[in-house]
Amino acid sequence: MGEVLVGAAPAIVSGRKARVQAAAPLIAGAKSLADVTRDVCAPVGRRPGAAWWAAFLVAVAALGAGAAAVAYQVATGIGTWGLNTTVGWAFDITNFVFWIGIGHAGTLISAILFLLRQRWRTSVNRAAEAMTLFAVMCAGIFPLIHMGRPWLAYWVLPYPNFRGPLWVNFRSPLAWDAFAISTYFIISATFWYVGLLPDLATLRDRAKTALGRRLAGFFSLGWDGSARTWHRYELVYLLLAGLATPLVVSVHTIVSWDFATSVIPGWHATIFPPYFVAGAIFSGMAMVLTLMIVARTVLGLQDYITVGHVDVMARLVIATSGMVGLAYLTEFFTAAYSGNAYEQFVFLNRAAGPFAWAYWTMVACNVLVPQLLWFRGVRHNMALVFVLSLFVNVGMWFERFVIIVTSLHRDFLPANWAGYTPTLIEVATFVGSFGLFFTLFLLFCRFVPVIAIAEVKGAMVADRHERAPAHAEHVP
Amino acid sequence: MNTAETRYVGVFEREDDLVGATRAARAAGLRIVDAYTPYAVHGLDAAMGLRPSRLALVCLVAGATGAVLKLWFELWTAVVDWPLDVGGKPHNSLPAFVPITFEVMVLFAGLATVSALFLVAGLRPGRRPALVADQVTDDRFALVVEPADATASLASVRALFDAHHAVDVRARVEPAEEAS
Repeated sequence: MGEVLVGAAPAIVSGRKARVQAAAPLIAGAKSLADVTRDVCAPVGRRPGAAWWAAFLVAVAALGAGAAAVAYQVATGIGTWGLNTTVGWAFDITNFVFWIGIGHAGTLISAILFLLRQRWRTSVNRAAEAMTLFAVMCAGIFPLIHMGRPWLAYWVLPYPNFRGPLWVNFRSPLAWDAFAISTYFIISATFWYVGLLPDLATLRDRAKTALGRRLAGFFSLGWDGSARTWHRYELVYLLLAGLATPLVVSVHTIVSWDFATSVIPGWHATIFPPYFVAGAIFSGMAMVLTLMIVARTVLGLQDYITVGHVDVMARLVIATSGMVGLAYLTEFFTAAYSGNAYEQFVFLNRAAGPFAWAYWTMVACNVLVPQLLWFRGVRHNMALVFVLSLFVNVGMWFERFVIIVTSLHRDFLPANWAGYTPTLIEVATFVGSFGLFFTLFLLFCRFVPVIAIAEVKGAMVADRHERAPAHAEHVP
Repeated sequence: MNTAETRYVGVFEREDDLVGATRAARAAGLRIVDAYTPYAVHGLDAAMGLRPSRLALVCLVAGATGAVLKLWFELWTAVVDWPLDVGGKPHNSLPAFVPITFEVMVLFAGLATVSALFLVAGLRPGRRPALVADQVTDDRFALVVEPADATASLASVRALFDAHHAVDVRARVEPAEEAS
């Protein structure tokens, strides 16, 4: 709709407006406000198709396998894992860092891009935030079961107790981690719920069944679209975005400190916080692409999550891939420049030791393969972007595996050197975390509007105003 | 208010009409009771003459409270209540106390701000939404005004709203004591 306008009045069209008008509209298909409501609400409560049931059953089966593995491991002990006294962290912490990282893209989209006034975020922020919540749940499982006695997990909290009271050591990054992850989960859940309120009211007012009306009515807290409430709500949303932005940076920074404050060569590096945050956003953005490319097709939301949206996210993947690649190089440079024999050995061992296959898988998936996204043709081919996003997911899992296992397995004393092979229990637990993630995500797609309806409406109208400022009544 | 009041509801299809009608109604001396919109309409708060919200202050105070309390707690447990030598680090390891202080600050600020929003906006489970017109959570924009005195009639309000393409205008008698 904007193409004819660019030439119409070149003198008065500012640079930004010209660019906006030349680009494709934010939401395709000239939707009315009622169309947005109808399209997004359509899948909610509809009888799911065979594809949904097939996916759901696979996810629940994986979850069941994971639950069985965790039950066996808790009943028997950590000895059911492949860990040893040299490699004391492996699959469990790899999975923990992997899932926490996945969550970070959700907060990037919901909070950081909100502060940066990126309107395209409105089409994906709801699903990305849901992904954050589910990923943090998956992540939280691993430190819990790693404790060996998860029923004593509340010991990480500083509460008055009969052991002195013996307080938590607040100098320990592991204590920081417990606070960071729980705060991150609570604030993300709050942010998500607050964003959901107007859409729950929309669901309530459209509900066809009494149960649907009551459920949506209960959770929408009596939202009625009052302008006085919107006025406050907008400020609260901005404040939450402002709080979530430093929070998300702090979370993966603190996760990286779990490693960086130790004395293990390969972990003890000042580059870790930015390296981890960039990697988290890289992996999370890939997971958003994996999920959204499937969801837009299955739920028929191609007009809302357009090729343009995928294009922007693919560009973020290239950018963060570059940062991660730079961090890989910097680690090697620092090791070479340090003159520290242990540091140098760890990095040579990473690239050429027994786990070289994992290292080069990581480099190939995270640095080489994403370079294809420089091509517009690749970014606009949904199947190809989907496959590339899977590569990044695999690569980022291996990054954490490489950091953790290769740094530990050959430490200062050669007499301590050991190998590591995961057991079936560890693999099943990992598969189970994917089962949990996809079970929750599939339920989310079924019961909650996957697109922020109210936000898309606002962004869509604002987008059209910028395209046709002279006759602003363009909402049909 | 203690007595039943007559209010006028105008329903619009576009945000520009709503904002225009709001401005015109204020200029005509009508009191803006509230407007109901499916999404946050920018410029409506200015047209309604709403004052900036003070929820930012809640956020600041709660965040500061959380940070101070947590820092005090960390210092008290580590220095006063049971000082432990952890790897030769000083009891008062202030830099190491910063990360958790930050997390607790964010936690307090976020939860307090949202709780304050729910409190001042009256949002709670079981609250009856004031749906003055159909589809205000879908694609309609409603404006509710109240005459400052008895001079304004439905006809005059209708004329004012119709100038802004209202699709529906009607009078609505509010029962007394209803929260708006």
